[in-house]
Amino acid sequence: MFPKPIEKSSRSVQIGYQFMIPVALILWLLPLIAVALFSIKPGVDFTSGSYWSLPSAFGGAENYGKVFFESDMPRYMLNSLMITIPTAIGAVLLSCMAGFALGIYKFKANLWLFFLFVAGNFVPFQILMVPVRDLTLDLGLYNTKTGLVLFHVAFQTGFCTLFMRNFIKGLPYALIESARVEGVAEWRIFVFVVMPLMKPAIAALFVLIFTFIWNDYFWAVVLTQGVESQPVTAGITSFNAQFRAAYHLMSAGAIVAALPPVAMFFLMQKHFVAGLTLGAVK
Amino acid sequence: MHLNGICAVNDPEVVQLFQFEFHMIAKETKMNSQPITEITKRSWYKRNEIAITPWLFLTPAILFFLVYVIFPIVQSFQVSAFAWDGLGEREYVGMANYKELLDDPAFYTSLRNNVVWLFMYLLAIPAGLFIALFLNQTVRGIRIYKSLFFFPFVISQVVVGLVFTWFYDPTFGLLNTILGGVGLGPINVLGDPTYVTYGIIAAGLWPQTAYCMILYLTGLNAVDPEQIEAARLDGAKGWKMLWYVIIPQLKPATFIAFVVTIVGALRSFDLISIMTNGGPFGESRVLSFYMFEVALSEYGFRLGYGAAIAVVLFMIMLCFIVYFLYSMYKEEKGH
Repeated sequence: MFPKPIEKSSRSVQIGYQFMIPVALILWLLPLIAVALFSIKPGVDFTSGSYWSLPSAFGGAENYGKVFFESDMPRYMLNSLMITIPTAIGAVLLSCMAGFALGIYKFKANLWLFFLFVAGNFVPFQILMVPVRDLTLDLGLYNTKTGLVLFHVAFQTGFCTLFMRNFIKGLPYALIESARVEGVAEWRIFVFVVMPLMKPAIAALFVLIFTFIWNDYFWAVVLTQGVESQPVTAGITSFNAQFRAAYHLMSAGAIVAALPPVAMFFLMQKHFVAGLTLGAVK
Repeated sequence: MHLNGICAVNDPEVVQLFQFEFHMIAKETKMNSQPITEITKRSWYKRNEIAITPWLFLTPAILFFLVYVIFPIVQSFQVSAFAWDGLGEREYVGMANYKELLDDPAFYTSLRNNVVWLFMYLLAIPAGLFIALFLNQTVRGIRIYKSLFFFPFVISQVVVGLVFTWFYDPTFGLLNTILGGVGLGPINVLGDPTYVTYGIIAAGLWPQTAYCMILYLTGLNAVDPEQIEAARLDGAKGWKMLWYVIIPQLKPATFIAFVVTIVGALRSFDLISIMTNGGPFGESRVLSFYMFEVALSEYGFRLGYGAAIAVVLFMIMLCFIVYFLYSMYKEEKGH
């Protein structure tokens, strides 16, 4: 293990280390802690100019209550969910199939197709912006959740296929061969042999895509406008316009908007990290 | 490339278990299939099953990808040769959009800022390695610390942008409160043309460093302990150990950190849009933001000109994509 395990150091070094971690963490998260503090201060603290004093009273309930009951925030959150979940399901499904094809079968175009998916995944969004917006308008899907979902599914398929293909390549090929010897149809091999083994990869991808799509801002701005279909990342700018300079409310709004992926991360941490660090180890 | 931890099915017992199941699945298949006499003239599909199946499985993904990713790239190149407001007739102008770019000071500002972003953003890699080394211990509660350090990456860039805008605020922001505490004058980071891009990049480095940290933590986990012991016996420690023994073994993690950081730097849009909207005086623009501004904002809908900017950005990215793919290709051939 590197660096040297701290248990092998002297007692004072160990205590020093135990003391340093929380200090470093507080410094690291300082901007966020500040916002969390703002979100529970009552509005009067800001008008009186005491930004950094401790809250004069607990205003959390009122602030968060306003976010949930007196703004469009719940609507935006719902939109985000209705965009994020179908996208995650769609992209995972498409990439399971594509990953199976690229990971199991040997054919000439295999590596080229794989690289096409990988390359597409690195492309700067802006090169797609004008044509995709145009296409979405032509399909009559501008300013709809469906329009966003279709695009996200297509774009995320690149990354997901890279992930799935590498995962499936790591499975023992003997399994597939012995299934073939037994005369199992190819699609049955996919459904009954490969799919059950892919559960951890599916879970990992699902959380990752959920987070990526929830946090998307660019496409939300390009393909939607207005409260009917905008997700929370885009909606929060209108929210902030509504409560301009009311920092306690804007902070509460920001925290609410950030919460779902954070919850997802803490609940599914193992899968999340496994997905994110794909390939970080030989 | 392999996955860490989540695929461990090389166990022969598992294989046997599956073989038993294949019997069951195969039996079912046979029961459903045609009488034995048909086997000699099996259907065209059955005869070519192994050749056709991959294409059937690939079709939906390829279709989506072609329509929403590959064709649009080609179309953007096309659009960049036209003057178009998105509604009326397209007017062919040839290379005029690109010629106009050459005389556009805003384009050069954006390009310069893109270069600054590329270099500064790479700081996330050593910073991530540093934090990973700091946290790679087994003391009590370390797992929670690791996830809390990773936290900024999970938050959307929009929220990161808001948080840092308030952090930099010249009247009440935490930064200036702290600076004021040690007697330094207030700096309006986001209002000053010299500092603004660096201020935004600092905000972007926060989640990006967290990402690199988690890559390196995973990498450090897999470093070969025997090599470390051998190097220790040879008297290597500290920096020398890190440089000659550890970092070479972290190469796969470094490669991914490099890829995601470059892609992230060239995609930077959210933070600029939220924190400064390109200002002050357009000094914090980058190509991706300028393109959006030209094509879809109150500056008028100049989609052709926007597409030309996007093409330039794409060409910059293409150099990196070719390099990434070349590295992956060598890796694939190596196996």
